[in-house]
Amino acid sequence: MSKPLLFSDHPPTPAETRARFPDLHPALTPQAAIPEANRCLFCFDAPCTTACPTHIDVPRFIHKIASGNVAGSARTILEANILGGSCSRACPVEVLCEGACVLHHSGQQPIEIARLQRFAMDAHQSAGAPLPFTPAPASGHKVALIGAGPASLACAAELRRHGIAATIYDARPRPGGLNTYGIAEYKLPLAESLREIDLIPRLGVEFRFNTTIDAAQLEELERTHDAIFLGIGLGAIHALGIAGEQLPGVTNALDLIAGYKSGAVLTSPPRVAVIGAGNTAIDAAIASIRLGAEEVTMIYRRGPGQISAFAFEYEHAKREGIRFLWHTQPAAILGTERVEALALIRTTDDSSFHLPVDTIILAIGQSTHSHVFADKVSTERGRILIDRATGQTSNPRYFSGGDCTNGGREVVDAVADGKRAALGIAALLTGTRREANHADIRM
Amino acid sequence: MPTLECNFSGIKCLNPFWLASAPPTNCGEQVMRAFDAGWGGAVWKTIGEPITNVSSRYSSIDWAGQRMMGLNNIELISDRPIATNLREIAEVKRRYPKHVVIASLMVESKREAWHEIVARAEDAGADGLELNFGCPHGMSERGMGSAVGQVPEYAEQITYWVKERARTPVIVKLTPNITDIRMAARAAKRGGADALSAINTINSITGIDLDTLVPNPNVDGLSSHGGYCGPAVKPIALNMVQQINADPASVLPLSGIGGIGSWRDAAEFILLGCGNVQVCTAAMHYGYRIVEDMADGLLEWMRQKGFETIEDFRGLSLPNVREWKHLNLNYKIVARIDAAKCIGCQLCYTACWDGAHQCIHLDRTLPTPDTTRTPAQIQAVSSTRITTTPIPKLDDAGPQTAGTPLDRIPRVDEHECVGCNLCSLVCPVEECITMERIDNMPPQTWEERTASPTATH
Repeated sequence: MSKPLLFSDHPPTPAETRARFPDLHPALTPQAAIPEANRCLFCFDAPCTTACPTHIDVPRFIHKIASGNVAGSARTILEANILGGSCSRACPVEVLCEGACVLHHSGQQPIEIARLQRFAMDAHQSAGAPLPFTPAPASGHKVALIGAGPASLACAAELRRHGIAATIYDARPRPGGLNTYGIAEYKLPLAESLREIDLIPRLGVEFRFNTTIDAAQLEELERTHDAIFLGIGLGAIHALGIAGEQLPGVTNALDLIAGYKSGAVLTSPPRVAVIGAGNTAIDAAIASIRLGAEEVTMIYRRGPGQISAFAFEYEHAKREGIRFLWHTQPAAILGTERVEALALIRTTDDSSFHLPVDTIILAIGQSTHSHVFADKVSTERGRILIDRATGQTSNPRYFSGGDCTNGGREVVDAVADGKRAALGIAALLTGTRREANHADIRM
Repeated sequence: MPTLECNFSGIKCLNPFWLASAPPTNCGEQVMRAFDAGWGGAVWKTIGEPITNVSSRYSSIDWAGQRMMGLNNIELISDRPIATNLREIAEVKRRYPKHVVIASLMVESKREAWHEIVARAEDAGADGLELNFGCPHGMSERGMGSAVGQVPEYAEQITYWVKERARTPVIVKLTPNITDIRMAARAAKRGGADALSAINTINSITGIDLDTLVPNPNVDGLSSHGGYCGPAVKPIALNMVQQINADPASVLPLSGIGGIGSWRDAAEFILLGCGNVQVCTAAMHYGYRIVEDMADGLLEWMRQKGFETIEDFRGLSLPNVREWKHLNLNYKIVARIDAAKCIGCQLCYTACWDGAHQCIHLDRTLPTPDTTRTPAQIQAVSSTRITTTPIPKLDDAGPQTAGTPLDRIPRVDEHECVGCNLCSLVCPVEECITMERIDNMPPQTWEERTASPTATH
């Protein structure tokens, strides 16, 4: 037998970069995990479970940690969410499970659900255990999935449970989409994302990398497959549309994050301006600091009350020493050979000033795709319209989920979308429907 | 100002806190440090012909992340020569004349042997003697310890022999490994004992190592039953203490033992009639220093309650323990949930449905009460709910700060509630679920009800 395909065999993020981005939330030791697990009240119909887009049965997996059944805990998580490891690190749990913990109501710290989940998932990885399900006998149906991000991965894994063949196509050389390339390394290391995805080919999911689907290929896929899942995410970061934007030294947040995670970017110039104040903007600003920038300034046209970043991300940015220029917007990028300064206007009084910078990172939101798929499915403001319960688009054989349908949310939302879409596809193709959650636990 | 000074069976005590006969009282150096820490007395680790111990000796039960909820041991009596122990007792008494030293004794069941050890212990200066009729492991196989305590005739006979010679108070330590502890207590009393102490440790196997399949503690691949103690045994000890103190044929000054680790525990044993208490596991867990809060906390409670001495509250709870047939059948309470305190964990709901009488419901936000929805139906609805991560500025959701949502606060159906307490016991919030009295019938006991000629029951 040939060696199984291991995505994590690819060159990892350089060690020096890893050292600059240590875990924001370090792993729990067993000594710490068990008392924390015992602190969980084991709520009935728990709000943390309802708050999780993938409905991980949180009290159940925590109870299993407390009992010493860590393998069972990991299976409980993976039953609901095949990217349970990534989600334990990348999820904004303050507004999800941990935000819903009933202990808030009695003035206590919520249970550290994310770190407990990571504890179980790390143990699962260390044990080299497979995903806790086997594919059903082949149904004869085939589905093509475009994009190898979390939505497609979750969809493909769930399809295999129904015996449906699944082939994932991605333009990049490695799977995971933003899970691999777009999340700050101190939250989710690239190597961890790939290591987790290593388990998915074992279910029989096929991958085709370095493949951009054009119109002709799409026609071919339509002809040879029973359904198509679009997990294409969002497009490039918006441009500012001001003078000087083409100068060397202007980049965008996603390129910077993908660059340092893959080892293409190792350092940062000393003076950095980040345009925008969303979560990705903050990731890019902090990355610049960690890569050696001396002064990082975030520029936002409105005030701190209007930013789209989570409150805890803003607090983190402040702790890292990021400087904020509120009510300020760029007018032009100045420089001859490369970026030298940013011309700024204060939105409060229209006064203008210059900020000398060496690099400018754009982070003002991603555009949507406008290509072959737009002819196939209905969209609204660039987003693919779906039935939330089934992931079905206006085209009955096309399903979709993740950022391309919700405009850009979290990994866990994409996983939930992908799983629901798989159930929708299975219902369409085989007339069967598994329960999305609280599934059988025979394994 | 209240005082902890007390008198136990004629022995004057600085306070009611004694260390029980066990590893914390193995030698003079330990006992003197314990007295420095504040212990009023120590029952010396049982003296007898020196034995050989095994290793290991202890094992424990952890519970919900807490260590040593219950402890078990297979250690025998003192492994040091009798003369060494007695010489150290003499030294301790010379240096700490106001502190109590009790010699715990165990020798073979012969009159001469007991006469000799009694005389030697008293000559060394012991303030009293405790007869170890309780040790459940090892020594019992040699006809001593609980082998004596389990046969009332033997216990009576040995007590009698000891009393023939003893000049100091004789305390008989009782084993709980018996169907009715009053049989042993009565025997000791018939034999002339001045006082009793209870309970000794309980026969136990604490658990099995699931890798090696050998029970704990492991002695070269084998184990043996040991004596169980610690917080886990307190309810058993309290019951036995009550049984002894409520029985006129048993009652004597009683030194309470079993899971005592705090002033609260001590107060409870004294309320059931104990003259003082003995502590072991808590001192083994945290050291002698725990006695400071035992004394401080008990004095504070006495101040609040207006008790000047231990005698002021000793036995006050005894009249409140009665046979079931004397309980009021017409007393009726129901659970009330304080919605302002409820955090929405719904443990009361699941406990009532699965463990009690299905009278708590999740229907506060329904148009009309619905007592037919099962837990499974409620969970099924939740599992199909579609949730997304909220985006600041775009979505309203976020951490709930406005209090528990009404649909998560359970409702008690007071007509169906039997007043069992279970919901209030599982509720993690203090004073959130209270049991409220609603009866309006005159009291009637089962005994009274069945005495009437038209009785139905």
